[in-house]
Amino acid sequence: MNRNALSPRDYDWQPKPLTPDYRSSILRSPQQALLRIEGPSPELDGPVFESDTIGPLDSDLIRNYAAANGSDTDAIGPRIIVHGRVLDENNRPVPNTLVEVWQANAGGRYRHVNEGYLAPLDPNFGGCGRCITGDSGEYRFLTVQPGAYPFPNGPNTWRPAHIHFSVFGQAFAQRLITQMYFEGDPLIARCSIANAMTDPAALASLVGVLDMSASVPMDCLAYRFDIILRGRGSTPFENRLEGN
Amino acid sequence: MLKETPSQTAGPYVHIGCTPCSAGLTGVYPADPGASITADAPGVRIRIEGKIFDGANAPLRDALIELWQPDGQSNAGIWLRKSTDLKTGVYQFDTVKPAARSGPPYVCLWIVARGINLGLHTRMYFPDEENGPDPLLKQAGPRRDTLIATRPDAEEDERDTGFPVYRFDIRLQGERETVFLDI
Repeated sequence: MNRNALSPRDYDWQPKPLTPDYRSSILRSPQQALLRIEGPSPELDGPVFESDTIGPLDSDLIRNYAAANGSDTDAIGPRIIVHGRVLDENNRPVPNTLVEVWQANAGGRYRHVNEGYLAPLDPNFGGCGRCITGDSGEYRFLTVQPGAYPFPNGPNTWRPAHIHFSVFGQAFAQRLITQMYFEGDPLIARCSIANAMTDPAALASLVGVLDMSASVPMDCLAYRFDIILRGRGSTPFENRLEGN
Repeated sequence: MLKETPSQTAGPYVHIGCTPCSAGLTGVYPADPGASITADAPGVRIRIEGKIFDGANAPLRDALIELWQPDGQSNAGIWLRKSTDLKTGVYQFDTVKPAARSGPPYVCLWIVARGINLGLHTRMYFPDEENGPDPLLKQAGPRRDTLIATRPDAEEDERDTGFPVYRFDIRLQGERETVFLDI
């Protein structure tokens, strides 16, 4: 093991485990302090995903579920590109890493056995996608804008439209699951999950911004969302690594 | 320096994105990522299974758990991902016993779910190994047992499956709260 440690995580920036306004956190938040591990550890390495394991339609949520089910009809909803770069805290691109997304359909309905919202399923929309970042850490999905939906957290609580993201990086300790919101959505300010972080700048960093430069005229709008993973520190444990 | 993107809960429908094939979204991907080890992974076949309990002692039935470990000869890393069973809450990894590193062998685990705002790292050690000198277990002090699997039905398990089954329950809260890690 000769990997550099990651920069310490800023737990004041991240959401606290217990955020009582988000009711599900009450019984699921650890109450003891995390145990800090110093020095080399296997979590400083992580799985590697080859781009040849990704199918040509995997990043196209408008088509991937329909095509898998023999339909040539596109998913219903506002067509959007969601794109950005995966970087680390040192502003270095994170290439060749797996980015996975999942989301509700344009009516706010998930394709899931436990889902009970009355909005209808779209027979041509599944809601999952994935891609591997390019050399500059770039990723890109084509999808439909998800709808807002109610969730059982309070008497009348709604999730703002969002897309779930899962990102790997190069170390298991960089592993991140988060959500991207949409610029201008008035439900963001009312959502206990989005407001799990106390620093308003932290929430702002989860909002995808309208990016006309990446939109396609007469086809789709685009939103930009960059994802920042923990960076490597500058002190290697053993051999000095390239780039340090 | 940039700030790390804040984490958000994986929510109750994490399966759509992470284990779509076993969640009914068949055909989009050929298989769920991390569903199984390769047939030629060197090492002794084992199973790791358990439940993740909340503060009311109810098993999480909507969690996702990922495993990261060396194979039995330390040739390569093994990464696996499972969701807890939607009815019983049981998770199950069929893997190989990891090679020992400088100390006793262990596997790294990462847990996300509805209600978990930031993914939780922990490790599972084996009850049939010399765990005494391990620095993390020493650091865990009186809570060290929360990091060590059990084999409550060793003989029965081996008869049923033909290989060892390690039971590892994870507790998010309470007297026996599992030790979670800041790495």
